Amino acid sequence: MNTKKLDFKKIDNVLNFMGNNAIVILLALVVIFVSITKKGFFTESNFQNIAINVAPRYLIALGVSGALITKGTDLSAGRLVGLGAVLASTLLQSSTYSNRMWQSLPELPIVAVLLIVVLVCALFGLLNGLVISYLNVPPFLATLGMQTIVYGINLVYSKAEPIGGLRDDYKAIATGGYGIFKNLFIIAIIVGLIFWFLYNKTRYGKYMYAIGGNEHAAEVSGVNTVFTKLKIYALAGTMYGLAGFLLASKAGGASVNLGLGYELEAIAACTIGGVSTSGGVGKVQGILVGVLVFELMKTSMQYLQINTSYQYIVQGIVIIVAVAIDIRKYTKKK
Amino acid sequence: MNDYILQMKNISKSFPGVKALDKVSLNIRPGTVHALMGENGAGKSTLMKCLFGIYKMDEGEIIFDGQPVHIKDTNDALHRGIAMVHQELQPILERSIAENIFCGRYPLKKFGPISIVDHAKMYQETEKLLKEVKLNFNPRIKLGNLSVSQMQSVEIAKAVSVNAKVVIMDEPTSSLTENEVEGLFDIIADLKSKGVSIIYISHKMEEILKISDEVSIMRDGTYVGTWKASELTTDLIISKMVGRELTNRFPKRENVPGEVVLEVKNFTSINPKSFKDCSFNLRKGEILGIGGLVGAQRTELVEAIFGVRHTVSGEVIYQGKKLKIKRPRDAIKNGIALLTEDRRATGIFGVLSISDNVGIASLDKYLDYNFVLNNRKLESLVNDNVKKMSIKTPNNKTQIQTLSGGNQQKVIIARWLANDPNILILDEPTRGIDVGAKYEIYTIIAELAKAGKSIVMISSELPELMGMSDRIMVMCEGRISGFVDSQDATQENIMELATKYM
Repeated sequence: MNTKKLDFKKIDNVLNFMGNNAIVILLALVVIFVSITKKGFFTESNFQNIAINVAPRYLIALGVSGALITKGTDLSAGRLVGLGAVLASTLLQSSTYSNRMWQSLPELPIVAVLLIVVLVCALFGLLNGLVISYLNVPPFLATLGMQTIVYGINLVYSKAEPIGGLRDDYKAIATGGYGIFKNLFIIAIIVGLIFWFLYNKTRYGKYMYAIGGNEHAAEVSGVNTVFTKLKIYALAGTMYGLAGFLLASKAGGASVNLGLGYELEAIAACTIGGVSTSGGVGKVQGILVGVLVFELMKTSMQYLQINTSYQYIVQGIVIIVAVAIDIRKYTKKK
Repeated sequence: MNDYILQMKNISKSFPGVKALDKVSLNIRPGTVHALMGENGAGKSTLMKCLFGIYKMDEGEIIFDGQPVHIKDTNDALHRGIAMVHQELQPILERSIAENIFCGRYPLKKFGPISIVDHAKMYQETEKLLKEVKLNFNPRIKLGNLSVSQMQSVEIAKAVSVNAKVVIMDEPTSSLTENEVEGLFDIIADLKSKGVSIIYISHKMEEILKISDEVSIMRDGTYVGTWKASELTTDLIISKMVGRELTNRFPKRENVPGEVVLEVKNFTSINPKSFKDCSFNLRKGEILGIGGLVGAQRTELVEAIFGVRHTVSGEVIYQGKKLKIKRPRDAIKNGIALLTEDRRATGIFGVLSISDNVGIASLDKYLDYNFVLNNRKLESLVNDNVKKMSIKTPNNKTQIQTLSGGNQQKVIIARWLANDPNILILDEPTRGIDVGAKYEIYTIIAELAKAGKSIVMISSELPELMGMSDRIMVMCEGRISGFVDSQDATQENIMELATKYM
């Protein structure tokens, strides 16, 4: 009798685990199915492709994660990625390119441009943080406003024209690498490690989780909630800048529409990866899983030759289901 | 015929980590006032929430008006004729009185094929209802314009409007003045004469003995018994509620108050309805109790001292030095700690671990190279304090929200002790926790005072206030109405001070 009872409990636990990770499990099954039935999926080049696609998205998702963990959000992510990409491209156009934006600009060191891009995006992030902390505008609306502002600025700056003719050394960043590891992949891993360190080994991380867990309690416990939130949104901006810089290098050019909708993908990836929309919960490794799952889903659908229009529908459903599962985990039954 | 309008049989209800109700029964006769008594955490409110459909009971049976019923939610309860006047009122301040009364069951009229709200009828009915509870208001005005007692009357009007057979009143007089209490008793008498039964939850003995017909007593989630009010005395009730000799309700205190360490001068809130011109001293190793009615602005005062609230004037002088406290972290740096009143809202980080909950206020002290957290040292600090507080938990990774209220409170006390403060402000430190944990917290407070820490303790429970304090400061309507040494303190002289300016 006793053993039977124990077994039920185990089954219950397994079912619970499967329910809570339904999306990851489902997608793992899809990936297995695709890799068995479709040629070319289970190959080095495809995996490399996936890794390169995942890398910038992981950076963006890490940026958004701080906002999500503190019960906020950042809808300006995609547009800031776009601004970063355009800014980097305009400053790194080849001097022989006829349509060069800044005709008399000398060849700047790539690192200097990277710093400029990251700084500009960080400033916009900081602005998000200031509006949220000091004007008490809900993050959803503050960053929605910033999304539109940044798009407008980008349109003015780029004159709505695509930017091409990038320098070869800039384009080489995305194509280069060490052995089978492309630079983008390596950068994403390094940034991931830095974030893991920040989230787990510093006051910044502890304060961030505390604010997400209970902002009032954090304030009363002596946490500088305002300063912490400013740092979170500025750091997010930094990540968008870096991602934009890398994406332009990868694409060999940029336009104002680069990064469109990336914030939603990043938020979805975070949620799939266990960042709770109710705040205070989320791990760097989980976010990686989330981004991977989302990217694998898109690739699998391509291999299954599902029409791109339908792919949007599936992605939307996945996002809603992911949040529903998350909420189910945290709503306590009365 | 049936003797009882309502029978609750063997009701049990558990929350994670705590059995709130254990086979509790309650029988209510029609047209009577039935008092439900017990210490905080005895399960009175939980039982009533099960009856009113806010909580789902785990087991048990409810027989209402001779029929076994299954109450799905509050709306269902209202439809059946069970109404509740809440302990913490949950009114919609921005809407009219009428809408508050008819919310969710607006009178409708047909407008062609669609139903629309019949405002004329709603206002008319509301006017009638308000007369019944002796309120003379236009039903169209916003509820937020009313005083607390008037809002309570509106809640009662709502109960009347559903033709309730049973009205639950959960500590209805806790924020009322004496005159207002008399008004409430008139309304209760009126309801009773109409055959309505009242379940009346209160801590105030005199009140209970005055208005109730029967008294049921609960203790630690169990049912103790029911008696005729005429057979009871205050002492009898207390001994049944506590279930043991009163002498060891509080630990022996061996602290010796020393020199004055903290002076609070002329604190006045930025909010004109809050505290005004409050000054007091605190000695080393002293336990200063702060008493007063709900709404006396005690919490507001201590939170202002701690930097949570804004003031127009006020000085804090610690050991002769004037402190600049603009926000909580300034207070913490100067060795002051505040255990807030509402544990859930401003105390715990529900989803975080015990370690994180304990460590959050002391991270600055555990840094390597001024940046990297020394998690090992931090963890040993947490371990020490978890042991010192005898917190019952599987391990320190456990989410705090899975612990019982008493253990959660101990975790938050551990958070502050980890910071080694000299002054601890405790705002209702034993609210909503069980008797055993209460005693442990009293012991901790007594030990801290003995070790030379100075303690300010707000409490709404007079026995606790008198049993734990060296000196009691009483507030009324935002002002300090007096100080009483604990050996001279009686319920009467404290209550007198607590109502001095009303």
